[in-house]
Amino acid sequence: MSLTRKTAAELGALIASGEVSAVEVTQAHLDRIAEVDGEIHAFLHVAADAALEQASAIDAKRAAGERLGPLAGVPVAHKDVFTTKDMPTTAGSKILEGYRPPYDATITARLREAGLVILGKTNLDEFAMGSSTENSAYGTTHNPWDLGRIPGGSSGGSSAAVASYQAPLSTGTDTGGSIRQPAAVTGIVGMKPTYGGSSRYGVIAFASSLDTPGPFARNVLDAALLHEAFSGHDVMDTTSIHSEVPPVVEAARRGDVSGLRVGVVKEFGGEGYQAGVLARFQDSVELLESLGAKVVEVSCPSFTYALPAYYLIAPSECSSNLARFDGMRYGLRVGDDGTHSAEEVMALTRAAGFGAEVKRRIMLGTYALSSGYYDAYYGSAQKVRTLIARDFEAAFHQVDVLISPTTPTTAFPIGERADDPMAMYLADLCTIPANLAGNAAISVPCGLADEDGLPVGLQIMAPVLGDDRCYRVAAALEKAFESRWGGPLLKEAPAL
Amino acid sequence: MTTTNTVMPYDEALARFEPVIGLETHVELGTASKMFCGCPTSFGAPPNTHVCPVCLALPGALPVANDKAIESTIRIGLALNCTIAEWCRFARKNYFYPDMPKNYQISQYDEPLCTNGYLDVEVDGRTVRIEIERVHLEEDTGKSTHMGGATGRIQGADYSIVDYNRAGIPLVEIVTKPVEGTDRLAPEVAKAYVTELRELMRSLGVSDVRMEEGSLRCDVNVSLMPRGTTAWGTRTETKNVNSLRSVERAVHGEIERQAAILAEGGRIIQETRHFHEDTGATTPGRSKEEAQDYRYFPEPDLLPIAPTPEWVEELRSELPEPPTVRRRRLQAEWGVSDLDMAAMHNADAFTLVEATVTAGVPAADARKWWMGELARRANESGTALADLPITPEQIARVVALVASGALNDKLARQVLEGVLAGEGSPDEVVEARGLRIVSDEGELSSIIDQVLTANADAADKVRSGKIAAVGALVGGVMKASRGKADAGRARELILERLGVSE
Repeated sequence: MSLTRKTAAELGALIASGEVSAVEVTQAHLDRIAEVDGEIHAFLHVAADAALEQASAIDAKRAAGERLGPLAGVPVAHKDVFTTKDMPTTAGSKILEGYRPPYDATITARLREAGLVILGKTNLDEFAMGSSTENSAYGTTHNPWDLGRIPGGSSGGSSAAVASYQAPLSTGTDTGGSIRQPAAVTGIVGMKPTYGGSSRYGVIAFASSLDTPGPFARNVLDAALLHEAFSGHDVMDTTSIHSEVPPVVEAARRGDVSGLRVGVVKEFGGEGYQAGVLARFQDSVELLESLGAKVVEVSCPSFTYALPAYYLIAPSECSSNLARFDGMRYGLRVGDDGTHSAEEVMALTRAAGFGAEVKRRIMLGTYALSSGYYDAYYGSAQKVRTLIARDFEAAFHQVDVLISPTTPTTAFPIGERADDPMAMYLADLCTIPANLAGNAAISVPCGLADEDGLPVGLQIMAPVLGDDRCYRVAAALEKAFESRWGGPLLKEAPAL
Repeated sequence: MTTTNTVMPYDEALARFEPVIGLETHVELGTASKMFCGCPTSFGAPPNTHVCPVCLALPGALPVANDKAIESTIRIGLALNCTIAEWCRFARKNYFYPDMPKNYQISQYDEPLCTNGYLDVEVDGRTVRIEIERVHLEEDTGKSTHMGGATGRIQGADYSIVDYNRAGIPLVEIVTKPVEGTDRLAPEVAKAYVTELRELMRSLGVSDVRMEEGSLRCDVNVSLMPRGTTAWGTRTETKNVNSLRSVERAVHGEIERQAAILAEGGRIIQETRHFHEDTGATTPGRSKEEAQDYRYFPEPDLLPIAPTPEWVEELRSELPEPPTVRRRRLQAEWGVSDLDMAAMHNADAFTLVEATVTAGVPAADARKWWMGELARRANESGTALADLPITPEQIARVVALVASGALNDKLARQVLEGVLAGEGSPDEVVEARGLRIVSDEGELSSIIDQVLTANADAADKVRSGKIAAVGALVGGVMKASRGKADAGRARELILERLGVSE
C-alpha cells in the first residue's frame, strides 16, 4: 500500500522501527502534492527542501539510537495562519504577501519538537474569515470529493490536503467552526479543543476570545496524537489553560460509549437542513444507542442566538486585531511615494491589502464597538454568550456529551454563496456555540448524503476540558461505521 | 476667534473668574522589562534595539502582563489612599497612529485598578486635599520624531521617524478629580501636587520620575467659571508640561488666556493645547469636539487582574513612610524651622539633604552645603540641584575632611568646585590641587614668624592684652598660606608666641 494511504500512527511506527525512512515518507507525500495539488490547490507554499532536510534529521536521530516520538518523521500540512520563521506566512491576505516572520508560533515550534515534518503552508479564507476558502487572496481550494465544490473554511487548505492524501495530518484554527466544518465537508476528522487548551501565540489573530488551534486527520486516533503533540500550557499565551492536556490519545484508543449519556440538541435540525444530512445524523443516533449510549433530547434555547452574537463579537475583535496591518512596519505598503502622509499610506495600504469579507467584518466590528452602540451590540452579544455557556452547563448536568450535525448541508458549489454573506454564515450555525462557550467539540465523518454522495459530519460537543469525551465518542462511532461500511469513509472518495 | 493671543492680567482674571483645575499624570514605571514583553526599559538605547515581536505588534504576537507593574500600580494606589479593585480588566483603546504598533493601546477603561483616593499637599502653610479619581495601568507608545519642519511638529514636516524602544513601557495614569476652591493659588496647588506625587513615587521606588526624560508627564486641565456661578466652564487640556515650574506656568497662563476670551464674550474650545517651555504660552492642538471614538472593549488577550485581599494587605503593610510624615519626623530630628523646611522643599533639596544625612553628615552641615554653596552653583549653571554631578557620599567625604581638620570651609568649597568640574573624587581633588590644610608645625611656625615681623604693630597690641587684634594676624597667616593653614591652630600658636593666654 502506498505510504500516502497510511495513517499517521502507522507511519510513525514504521519510521520508529526503521522499516521506512522519514525521507521516504516525506518524498511520497511531496510526490503526491506534485501529482494532485495543481487541481486541489491546498498549499500556498510547499517547503520541499526544508521538509526533506527535517526528515533526514529524524532519520539521523533514529540511526544514532535516539528514541523517537509517535509522530516523529510524520508529515503535516500547516495552516498559513501560524507563523513559521523559515516559510512565508500570509494568512491568505495580500497585505502579508511575501511576509516572513522572524519567529515560530508556539504550535509550529511544538510540531518541530515532536519531529513532525512540515510539508508547507495551506490555503485559508483571508485571516480565517469564511467557510469556503473563496475569500483567500491566493485562489480557492477545491474539495477532493468534487472539484467544483468548496472544501469548507476557513481551514479549507488543511482539510483538502488531508482528504486528498497529500498529508496524513494538518493543523487548523477554529473561531466559529473553521476546523469542524471543513472536516465535515471533506469527510475527515477535525477537532476544536477547549479554548485555551492550545496556544494562540503566533496564530495571526482573527477573534482572540474565540480562536482555537486544533488538528485534522483521516481518523480519530491520528487527530488525538496530533492534538496531544501540540497542546498544553504556554507562558507566551496568558489565556492558555494551566491544567494537563486531557487524556485524548487514551480516549481515542478506548472508544466505547456504553452507559454514556448523549444529548441531541433540539435546536439543530429540521428546516434549513439538507435531508441527507439529517438522515445520516439519525443513523448516528441509532448507532450510538446500539452501542449502549443513552440518547435523550436536550434543549439549548440560547443556541438560536449564537450566530448573531458571534457576528458581533468576532467582527468587533477582528476590527481591533487587524488594525496593526497598516504598512508601517511589515507587509504591503501602498502610496509611499513622498506625496502621502503616514495616515494616507495606512488607509491606501488597507484599502488595497484587505479583501471584501475582511473589510465587511472590520466595518461591522467598528460599528458594533462605537460609542453609543457598544451596549446594544457588543454588550448584548456578550450577554448572549453567557446564556449559551449556561445552556451548556445545564445540558452537561443531564448528559455527558451533546451531538448535532456539524453543518446544515454538505459541501456547496464554489461560487454559490460567494455573494451572499448570510448564506455563507449559516454554514457555521451548529459549530458556533462551542466557540462562544469555549467548549471542546469534534467533527467525525458519519456517511454520505444520499442526494449528492458527499460526506456528512457529526459534531460531538463536550464540556470545557472534556476533550477526551469527544475522542471517546468519535472513536466508538468510527469503529462502528467502519465495520458497517467495510472501511474508512474516505476510500469512497473519487480518485484524483 | 479661537486662537486669540490676548491675555487678562492674573489679578483681574482672578477677580472675575474662579479656576477649576485637574491633573492627569503619567508615570513610567521603573520595571526591568516592558509591560507585556521581556524587552528592557532602560532609557537612551540606540533606536529600535529594545524591541521584539510583541512590542512591535508582529502578526500573531500576544501580550503577557508584567506582574511587577501590577504590583507597583497597587502600591501607588494604596499610597494614594485608593480602593483597590478585586477584579478588573485591561481594555483596548483603538486609534491609528504610527508610533503605536498595534494601533490600539492596552489600557484600562471603566474598570481601573485603583479608584477614589486622595493626596494632601501643603501650599502657603495650608493643607489642600487633592481627590484622586483613578489610577490605572497602561502601556506607553513609541516615540515619533518629525523631520524637516521648522517646529518639530508633524505639521510641515517632510517625514517622520519612529523609535519603538519606548513602546510597551508600563505607564501608570493618575487622574485627579476636578479641584475647586484653590482660587488664586491654583498654579501653586498644581505644582505642589505634582511635586508631592513625584516624591511619593520616589519613596515607593516605582519610578525614577524624571520629567525631562519623560518618565513623569503631566497634562493640566483648566476651566474658569465667573465668580458667583457654580457651573464649571469648558476645560482645556495642556500637554507637554515637562517641569514643575511649567506646571505652575501652564495653569497661570491658561487662566489668563481663558479669562481674556470669556471677558470678550468668547467661548472656550474643548481642546488639547501644547505648552511651549520657551515662551510659557500654549498653542491649540487636537480639538476634542471632533472627539475620537476609541471603541474601548475588554482586552481579550489578557486575563482579568484579580489581586487577593491578602496580597493587597501585605503590600499595604510594606508601604514606606509617606513623604509628608517623613518630612515632619525629619524636621523634628534635624531641628529645622518651618521656613527652612519650605526653602528646602522649594529648592527640591529635601531628598538630597536626607541622602546626605544618611551618608553620615550632620543635618546642619548637609543643609548648609546643599542650600548654600551647591544651590548657588546650580543656580549659576542653570541646572537642577539633583542634576549637579556630585553625590551625597562625596559631600559626606568633604564634611568628614573638614571635621578631621584636614580642610577648612574655604578649602572645602574649592574641593566641591573640583568635584563639580569633573576632577574626580574629593580626595583626588585635594591631592591634585594641593588643598590640604598646612598642619606641618614647622612650616606654620615660619609663616607665623614672617607675619609677626611684618605686622609688628598688631603683635604689640596683642601683647598688650588686646586679644581681638589677633584676628588680623590670623588673617595674615591664612593669606600667606593661600588659605591652607588651620586657622585655629595658627591662632593658638600666635598667642603662645606672644605670651598671651585667653
